[in-house]
Amino acid sequence: MTRTVSATETPSYSSDEMMTVTAGRQLRDGAVCFVGIGLPSEAANLARLTHAPNLVLIYESGTIGTTPRVLPLSIGDGELAETAVSVVGVPEVFSYWLQGGRIDVGFLSAAQIDKYANLNSTVIGPYGRPRVRLPGAGGAPEIASAAGEVLVMLRHQRRTFVERVDFLTSVGFGRNGGSWSRSASAGPAAVITNLGVLRPDPDTNELMLSSIHPGVEVSKVLEETGWTLKVADELAVTEPPTDLELWTLRDLQRRTREAHQSWKPASV
Amino acid sequence: MAEITTLAEAVGELIHDGDVVAMEGFTHLIPFAAGHEVIRQRRRDLTLCRLTPDLIYDQLIGAGCARKLIFSWGGNPGVGSLHRFRDAVENGSPRSLEIEEHSHAGMAARYAAGAAGLPLGVLRAYAGTDLPAQTKSISTITCPFTGEELAAVAALRPNVTVIHAQQADRKGNVALWGITGVQKEAVLAAGAVIITVEEVVDELVPRGPNQVVLPSFVVTAVAPVPQGCHPSYAMGYSSRDNRFYLEWDGISGDRQVFDEWLRRFVYGTSDHVEYMELVHKTRAGMGGYD
Repeated sequence: MTRTVSATETPSYSSDEMMTVTAGRQLRDGAVCFVGIGLPSEAANLARLTHAPNLVLIYESGTIGTTPRVLPLSIGDGELAETAVSVVGVPEVFSYWLQGGRIDVGFLSAAQIDKYANLNSTVIGPYGRPRVRLPGAGGAPEIASAAGEVLVMLRHQRRTFVERVDFLTSVGFGRNGGSWSRSASAGPAAVITNLGVLRPDPDTNELMLSSIHPGVEVSKVLEETGWTLKVADELAVTEPPTDLELWTLRDLQRRTREAHQSWKPASV
Repeated sequence: MAEITTLAEAVGELIHDGDVVAMEGFTHLIPFAAGHEVIRQRRRDLTLCRLTPDLIYDQLIGAGCARKLIFSWGGNPGVGSLHRFRDAVENGSPRSLEIEEHSHAGMAARYAAGAAGLPLGVLRAYAGTDLPAQTKSISTITCPFTGEELAAVAALRPNVTVIHAQQADRKGNVALWGITGVQKEAVLAAGAVIITVEEVVDELVPRGPNQVVLPSFVVTAVAPVPQGCHPSYAMGYSSRDNRFYLEWDGISGDRQVFDEWLRRFVYGTSDHVEYMELVHKTRAGMGGYD
């Protein structure tokens, strides 16, 4: 994981690509992954197309073992059902599959995260009079609590990495950092951003900067974090994307763009 | 036994001002034509239930049909916000909107309890989140066998459930397949059921994965409405109009553009055939939405 890169070196990839590649690498081949739409879906499919061909992807629309050729725009695109091993109803996917303990990894994003990896996807501002009304919980609260472990992926910004989430939609380690003592889930394992990777301190569950992406200064990460972020004693530098990872990701994005713009009426 | 009728008649007879209405379909098979018809018939004070309000409820909320929304995820999938929904919650426009908010798992359990004739659904959920403090239909119950504290959610029983399906036969038995969401539970939980279908066939033959057949005796009205789920899709019949979902961001993002869209595409069309003709024309470059 360690590699030295000077701050002046110009990378041939974007920070978003670095984030997606790094997030994808967290998924081991053969794992069963419950995937949220957006950034997690892109990273999980990149993993499946590179180092983890046997990764089992489950979307909350009830598509199990799906292998989409292009990224779905929604969690229920036809592509997901057509390429799935099995399709089940939504009550079943949440009860038998997620709550039933069949999921190794839950993969989420959010609008806000705090130092105990609690997530907010509900409102910015007070609930009764929100400044920004966000989409809401969706499947996230139960993915966060029932998956064997949880990965979180989001862009690193001060308004996103906050001391206290405005609304606790999905529990990471709880408001005080100790909620998983009574749970079967190991909770959040890593938070992957466009600047680095944060992992919980095993003693306190507080997120610590454990790896930094090539060319990113630690001061930049601290600046973009709304609490006093601790840095691991042995801070790693993330391995940059390989040519294969970058090519695969860009090819997937290109195919996806074309597919999303090319809708034709069923009949005229 | 289901009556095979027109959508306008089914909505006119079965959906009343003030009703609790569920129009379900998880990304796939969303009953948009029925939503438009409810707007055309100017229903008011509805309590709308749906896991993912999607564009269909953005339209109904923006048109002023809803008093309350019961939901679990209110976004434009893969695109961003539902701007009409946000405008109602953040600014009370065009009217204030009461919300009752759950997670998907909670909403699914509520419909399942309704279908099963139970007063509540039980699941392992919500613990440690801020949702129970805001939502009266979330509580807890202690397992009498293990002592575990579990989440309890109130059963949801809509006055009317509306869905779109691929096929019905002439007796009104209905088949849907692919991603079937919570439709079976929402149908069996409801007092009355309206189902729009792509086509009426002589015989229902299994066509795709996860086929669900709803017997005629649990369905009130069946209305043939080809492409009645546009811009969502019907597996085996149409593909999802992702471009429409992308364009909706611009249409719904501005109250005036939305009103103009509503005037042309919903009030300005007498039924779904005319609506689809207009969609095709605008796609052919004969005047877009914006």
